Amino acid sequence: MDWFYSFPNMNDETLRNLKKTMDEGFKAFTREYGDIIESFFEPLQYFLIQAERFMTGTPWPIMVLLIAGIAWLASRNWKIVAGTILTLLLIGYFDMWSDAMKTIAMIFVGTVVSIVVGIPIGIIMARSDSFQRIVNPILDVMQTMPSFVYLIPVVMLLGIGKVPGLIAVVIYAIPPMIRLTNLGIRLVDKDVLEAADAFGSSSWQRLKNVQIPLALPTIMAGINQTIMMALAMVVIASMIGVQGLGQPVLRSVNGQFFSLGLFNGLAIVGIAIIFDRVSQAYGKRLQKHQEVVHG
Amino acid sequence: MADQTIQGAGIKIKNLYKIFGSRGSAYVEAVKNGMTKTELNEKHHHVLGLRDINIDMPAGGIQVVMGLSGSGKSTLIRHINRLIDPTAGEVIIDGTDVCQMNESDLRQFRRHKTAMVFQKFALLPHRTVLDNTVYGLEIQGISRDKQEEQARRWIERVGLKGFEDNYPNQLSGGMQQRVGLARALTNDAPILLMDEAFSALDPLIRMDMQSVLLDLQKEIKKTIVFITHDLDEALRLGDRIAILRDGEVIQQGTGQDIVLQPADEYISSFVKEVNRGRVIMVDTIATTTGGPADAGHVSVASGTTLEEAAKTMTDANQQYATVVDENGKSLGVLSMNSLIQAMVTPISHLTAAAAE
Repeated sequence: MDWFYSFPNMNDETLRNLKKTMDEGFKAFTREYGDIIESFFEPLQYFLIQAERFMTGTPWPIMVLLIAGIAWLASRNWKIVAGTILTLLLIGYFDMWSDAMKTIAMIFVGTVVSIVVGIPIGIIMARSDSFQRIVNPILDVMQTMPSFVYLIPVVMLLGIGKVPGLIAVVIYAIPPMIRLTNLGIRLVDKDVLEAADAFGSSSWQRLKNVQIPLALPTIMAGINQTIMMALAMVVIASMIGVQGLGQPVLRSVNGQFFSLGLFNGLAIVGIAIIFDRVSQAYGKRLQKHQEVVHG
Repeated sequence: MADQTIQGAGIKIKNLYKIFGSRGSAYVEAVKNGMTKTELNEKHHHVLGLRDINIDMPAGGIQVVMGLSGSGKSTLIRHINRLIDPTAGEVIIDGTDVCQMNESDLRQFRRHKTAMVFQKFALLPHRTVLDNTVYGLEIQGISRDKQEEQARRWIERVGLKGFEDNYPNQLSGGMQQRVGLARALTNDAPILLMDEAFSALDPLIRMDMQSVLLDLQKEIKKTIVFITHDLDEALRLGDRIAILRDGEVIQQGTGQDIVLQPADEYISSFVKEVNRGRVIMVDTIATTTGGPADAGHVSVASGTTLEEAAKTMTDANQQYATVVDENGKSLGVLSMNSLIQAMVTPISHLTAAAAE
């Protein structure tokens, strides 16, 4: 009855060999292809460095005006603009300006990559049920797998630095982008699609004139979620050398510096609120045709 | 299409079958050999949509297809521009079988030969009235100036001038359907498909839209296929009417044919509620014998409805009228007595209805 009380597991020797083979296999793969993969991500690194250089290199008053200007263009709402300026000034006053700019640069690049990769995948998913069946479980894994686990192979391949951090951010942040693009397109009114077909739309015209515009509120919600998830990833990404607000948080965990952690944590919250309110207000403004209703 | 004023193209539907389900074509033979809709559904879990439809729709006329929900009328109209693929049969327009077209031919056909108006309007909510109206021309790749010129003309024609920059949900149902109509007309296609276009509108607006359509048709003379579940609407609009039940045509002809000779009890149960005075024409009851010698102080044109004739006669205070053709030649004599008799529903129809 021994097997009944202790699980009859694989014997230690076999298990050890299995792990060893996998590890060695992956190490060999890393040695063989590491450079190629690294050069593949070079444009991304360039993009990241440029974004960071711009954000940290521009004098702070110009940066505040620029961000406030973007907030105004997107939201057309003075309250949001005032909140944005106040948050940025507070971050600067508490000496977190350059970390905050690095974080914003990272979030910006991460979001752009997620949108550029995520929307096309979402569109294909909406068009093909079999593709959806393949992608959905992958997205489930991406969202539930502890981030540390996929950081290991990424670091082994690319070392410590910005690009692996970015990849970790994108892996974590892209699923809502893909899922909500897919959902938005699938929910487009069948009657309107039929009308587009009846007038002889090609499938590109159907996508451009009907599906994307009508799915836009959902897609915007996806972008908003992606930004929030990317921000949430900032602290974890700091463990593999991503600079920004995550670094001081990590340090404060190690050294038990309560106030350092709190200030930087609040700065992340502040940036999250700015991004959230601005992107939501923009999404709502795109839908202005739905507000005025025949009475 | 020898007549230059007729813009439309005739539509010939031949032996059209539609069986919904994964293996529809496997059961066509069985259905041709008489398998019923119920049998097909119970034994093979396929739904019979249309059975052996043969309709010849003349160019430049309004063909109404009437039926209650589930009769297959919306399925039928979607075969004309192949939004639904048939299981068997042909839809011939301008000598070409729509069912045989490849994808790009079909797209060209939809762009240039047909335009459609939908029951639920199906406007693009994010586009203004003007931008909705140009849709058909936009996807044809016509220049924006031309698009707008055409669109503005039709927007004005359907009575929406001044609303070009409104969004659909700022408009009432009736106005939204005017946009739907303007969008279809702007396409300037010879065939106009109207799928229960006025069914979602309230009765007064519906009458109003019917008048708009009849008025426009005098000018555009397109081939219009109009789907409805309302016999009054069918009789008012249709040059020809086909009545569908359970996916089969049970009667087709002019409105008058259907009212005077309903093919079965199902149709007569509809017909008994109809205002016959507005459907039957004086020609039907005019006689060449029996009128008094002094008849004919009043004359009514051939093709006048009984109701109008009655009005003319009572206005003139006459018991008799002469029916004349376009050239003023007498075709026969009409008495007030026969006129009233014809307007009252015949006893046979009433008893048929009571027996149900």
